[in-house]
Amino acid sequence: MRKVYKLKAGDVTALQGISFDIHKGEFVAIMGPSGSGKSTLLNLIGCLDVPSSGELILAGRNVRDMSDDELTFLRRDEIGFIFQKFNLIPLLTAYENAEYPIILQQGHMDEEGKTARMLKLVGFGDELMTHKPNELSGGQQQRVAIARALVNDPALLLCDEPTGNLDSVTGGQIMDILKGLNEQGRTIVMVTHDPNIARSAHRTINIIDGRVAS
Amino acid sequence: MKKKKNVFFQLASRNVRLNLSRSLLAALGIIIGVVAITTMGILGANIQLAVSSNLSSNANSIIITPDAGRTGGFGPPSGGTTSLLITDNQVREIEQAAGHNVVVPIHSGSDLIQVGTKDKKRVTIYGLPPDKVTNFVEIAEGSTLRGASSGVLVGSTLARDQGITVGTRIKIGDESTGTNEVVRVVGILEPKGFGIDLMPDNAIIAADQWYTSVYGSQGEYPQVDVLIQSIKDIPTVKDAIDKKMNKKVKVVSITDSGALLETINATIGQIGTFIILLGGISLLVASVSIFNVMMMSVKDRINEIGVLRSIGTTKAEIRKMFIYEAFIIGSIGAGIGGLVSFIGGYLLVRLIGTVNYFFTFPSIIYVPYGMAIGIAVCLLSGLYPAAKAANLNPIEALRSE
Repeated sequence: MRKVYKLKAGDVTALQGISFDIHKGEFVAIMGPSGSGKSTLLNLIGCLDVPSSGELILAGRNVRDMSDDELTFLRRDEIGFIFQKFNLIPLLTAYENAEYPIILQQGHMDEEGKTARMLKLVGFGDELMTHKPNELSGGQQQRVAIARALVNDPALLLCDEPTGNLDSVTGGQIMDILKGLNEQGRTIVMVTHDPNIARSAHRTINIIDGRVAS
Repeated sequence: MKKKKNVFFQLASRNVRLNLSRSLLAALGIIIGVVAITTMGILGANIQLAVSSNLSSNANSIIITPDAGRTGGFGPPSGGTTSLLITDNQVREIEQAAGHNVVVPIHSGSDLIQVGTKDKKRVTIYGLPPDKVTNFVEIAEGSTLRGASSGVLVGSTLARDQGITVGTRIKIGDESTGTNEVVRVVGILEPKGFGIDLMPDNAIIAADQWYTSVYGSQGEYPQVDVLIQSIKDIPTVKDAIDKKMNKKVKVVSITDSGALLETINATIGQIGTFIILLGGISLLVASVSIFNVMMMSVKDRINEIGVLRSIGTTKAEIRKMFIYEAFIIGSIGAGIGGLVSFIGGYLLVRLIGTVNYFFTFPSIIYVPYGMAIGIAVCLLSGLYPAAKAANLNPIEALRSE
């Protein structure tokens, strides 16, 4: 798999010939220094971008053959994103943020109480449901983000430095949640540069200069 | 599906609320634009309706004048008479062609008049058969002409300007015009405004016998009117007169007020369209500000767009969200604009003329027209920003702060 960015200043090869498999139920950490291409790799797995050449097979389907809408639906139904900056929508309450993917998928509000169940699962307090993101702590925001990633019951969770903006205690709590989710059978791919965090994973893929190092 | 739409609509309206001052400023542009085109449209429609109705009050006459193109070149050599007038014989021919409709030959000319010691003034003097006068004008004060007396009727504008009342004596003519008569005013006329048969507001109407005794020209008329009892007979009568009078060469021109009405209506309509287009310029300016607000809204929310895309929002849904936003701003602007132009239009029309026609369909239709155009302009200016938002690269959008 290769990824080349065509820029005005010249082509930038972010990933050059990367190949590996991730199996269902695995917890994989991708590590590497900044600029190594690990975020690019995560974006490709998350179908936010398409490889320049080579093949990316997700659950038996080659993403290069898929239209923009098909990729969007794949992100909506099969992939949950967890970001370093939480990336909640500031206009919406915590509950509405977590509910959003259900509305996108089903076309109507959550009528089955799934949003509330997911928020409870990640340890988010009932009393905070109607708060806007800027009224929540980092740890609380990340719990909402995880609930949002889980609410459509995706097969794959993609985490980009999920503890990067959190103190070590809160970061540990978030990692416990992720480990728990993996134990329930969810596949997790996590980008990090922190070896302590990577230790939670079953396996670590090191990326240096756009290649797999080990 | 309906509820899903509502979510994007909610997001859009929340964003309008969150950036209320910015959105209201953009809406203000639309308000001004809508008010400009709507009030101008209403005003134009009301003027047109008022003028049409004034004109159609004398729409039931046919006016026959000597053909201006007639120079005697085609007919048999005439006895030296070159003045273009309709003769008594021709009047009789017209009467035959007109059937039971009343034919009124009208004398007219102009002369100097003097009221008391005021300055002399040149005015039009009509000579009409006294029993036909009330077919053309209404008497406001005094009485109408009687028989061959030297009493005259004075138009409303002339009476006001010269301070003429019933009983005033007017001196007509001086050494230069060769006439020297004194007449007594027996009646003042109601204002008539623009008419194609007579323009009496600034004129004097006298009995035809008096007119010919002073100015001669007996049996010769610059104009003959046919008063038609039913408007639908106009084309038939016109045709009959044309056949009778203009056998080989064109002797007379035949005009009916209906044709003139159409021309005037078309002219007023064109002026109205032009004014509305001027109003449209303000709407164009408004569209630029909507465009600007929408572009800022997209720029402010790049990260949010990236998040929405990453969790599975399609391009079409992102586009929809921003178009809703433009629609909301447009609806606020058009709603307020429609209300303001309704009230403002009413006051403006009342200031300028009559509100008799304000609530008629051709006038009030400009309110929904203006509002629809306002909303359409907003949607159009929202299209590009919405497309831009939808086509953002989700990764780059996520990376932005």
